[in-house]
Amino acid sequence: MPHIRPIPTLTEKKLLELETRANQIRKDLIEMLTVAGSGHSAGPLGLADIFTALYFHVLRHDPKKPMWEMRDRLLLSCGHVVPIRYVAMAHAGYFPKHELMTLRKLGSRLQGHPEISHMPALENTSGPLGDGSPQSAGLAYIAKKEELPWHTYCILSDGELEAGITWEAAMFAAKYDLHNLTWIIDRNNIQIDGYTKDVMPLEPLRQKFESFNFHVIEVDGHNIAEFVDACRYAQSIWEHPVVIIAHTIPGKGVDFMEFDYKWHGAPPGKGPEDKVARNKQRETALKQIRTLGGTIQSECE
Amino acid sequence: MAKNEKSNLVSGWKQRKEVQMVPTRNGFGEGLLECGEKNSNTYVICADLTESTRTAAFEEAFPERFVRFGVAEQAMAAVAAGMALAGKRVWIASYAAFSPGRNWEQIRTTACLQNQNVKIAGAHAGVSVGPDGATHQMIEDIALMRVLPNMTVLVPCDAEETRKATILANEIDGPVYVRFAREKSPVFTKKDTPFELGKAQVFRNGDDIALIGCGTLVYECLHAAELLSEIGIEARVINNASVKPMDEETILKAAKECGAIVTVEEAQVAGGMGSAVAEFLAEHHPTPLSRIGMQDRFGESGEPQELLEHFKLTAPHIKTEALRVLKRKN
Repeated sequence: MPHIRPIPTLTEKKLLELETRANQIRKDLIEMLTVAGSGHSAGPLGLADIFTALYFHVLRHDPKKPMWEMRDRLLLSCGHVVPIRYVAMAHAGYFPKHELMTLRKLGSRLQGHPEISHMPALENTSGPLGDGSPQSAGLAYIAKKEELPWHTYCILSDGELEAGITWEAAMFAAKYDLHNLTWIIDRNNIQIDGYTKDVMPLEPLRQKFESFNFHVIEVDGHNIAEFVDACRYAQSIWEHPVVIIAHTIPGKGVDFMEFDYKWHGAPPGKGPEDKVARNKQRETALKQIRTLGGTIQSECE
Repeated sequence: MAKNEKSNLVSGWKQRKEVQMVPTRNGFGEGLLECGEKNSNTYVICADLTESTRTAAFEEAFPERFVRFGVAEQAMAAVAAGMALAGKRVWIASYAAFSPGRNWEQIRTTACLQNQNVKIAGAHAGVSVGPDGATHQMIEDIALMRVLPNMTVLVPCDAEETRKATILANEIDGPVYVRFAREKSPVFTKKDTPFELGKAQVFRNGDDIALIGCGTLVYECLHAAELLSEIGIEARVINNASVKPMDEETILKAAKECGAIVTVEEAQVAGGMGSAVAEFLAEHHPTPLSRIGMQDRFGESGEPQELLEHFKLTAPHIKTEALRVLKRKN
């Protein structure tokens, strides 16, 4: 009998709160990356809605007791998107927001890629692609065996699925029917060298995972309600591990970054200048986020 | 000086025909079983080599703590780290050529950088694997594991010591590499022979030259010392099983008192145990030294004993090399 702690339903009011929060998180992300002067923009922006949903609705966790034994585990397999996790964690109360401005600086807990020796609440050290998903499977294996109530989530990028270790881990997770494990794939179609379909095609992705005995759910990764529903649905699957393929827009919220793989590894102020000059990238990005791409008028204007 | 056969060795160890012959991997299997009994947090994952890595006994005794992982060494290492994050002590077993040969980055990131309780059992190390040939004769593993921060590296000398090394590895907090071999080899240490982390054991006293070995070739060092003794040279024989952390005190003392050193291992000399000794002495007490092992080349098919002789890893060759180094001694 699986041990499940149900994820609460999402009310209209809570949804609005989460959407507002996601927007604030995007703004802090832009500020943080600009100060850091290096780091990834596109992936973290594309994951802002998912991280907001996870930290502010889906996960059982306690920022005041970060290593609470019964917490849900959230692992990153694609360590390079960690800036968005840092911002979400700061918003959730794991550490003061001003610490975000230490990202990638000497002595900071906020390493360029996440490290548990600097901040245990990150759950795993990652960066070398492919290494996080098997660790999430190892955690879920023990939790299932010992009938522990926590759920293990792991976020994977789409590009990292090219690493064979992912499929080795998938076989292991399926062998032991790790229904307490949910992988979330950031399907944003870009990787450093270009579009995934050009670098190394991944489709048909759903069928790949289905043939590996995963239960597959596909969602719009910017629709928080849909994503929360998918996490709730994943809890009702008892016979297989679940993968949520979250279709996201890299750079979401900043039009000159959206869909552009050249923004994969660049921060505002150091990105491609074909649309916005470097010295205008920060303020243009912030304005975009503030006005939701021009659809609303900013309070400040 | 009079040679002193320490009671650390079994009586009659000198008689090659009479000494008990057991593969070091058997000692691993026995040790693992003891770990399983002692600590219920001990898990074992094996990459499709249950019988030959001697993990079968653990599987039979503790099936609920054993995972048949299939041929997937990279994920095996990272899954082990995940299980360790959940509080377990997790062994991963395969041939050393594949683990740590194939999964070095996963070991680096998930076991060492995270400093987790992942224990790597490297079976079939060395050229004495024999007929399988160079693909399966892992000789770079000591170098690969030794350079990793947080990693402990143990290369025990016989089946009995491998049993002890396995138990010790399970008790240490953090990642550990334990190296062992396929073929039967002499069991020349005893149940009460000390085995400690960071301690080398002096198996034979002598002040003319020090023979520092690890793994099953320590037995060849002892025989080389006998050959040298016949011509009036008394060699100190040191079992340097704890390659990392290394017993610098015992090494330094040997360098100062003997003034000449030969290191012996069934591994690539570049980066191996001999390199560890050479690096240390170059900085602290430069001493004439020669490293016996694989000299920047791969192994090949052949009978195990035939190969050890072919690659000049046995007692007569150690003696020859010792005499060569002695010419450089001040």
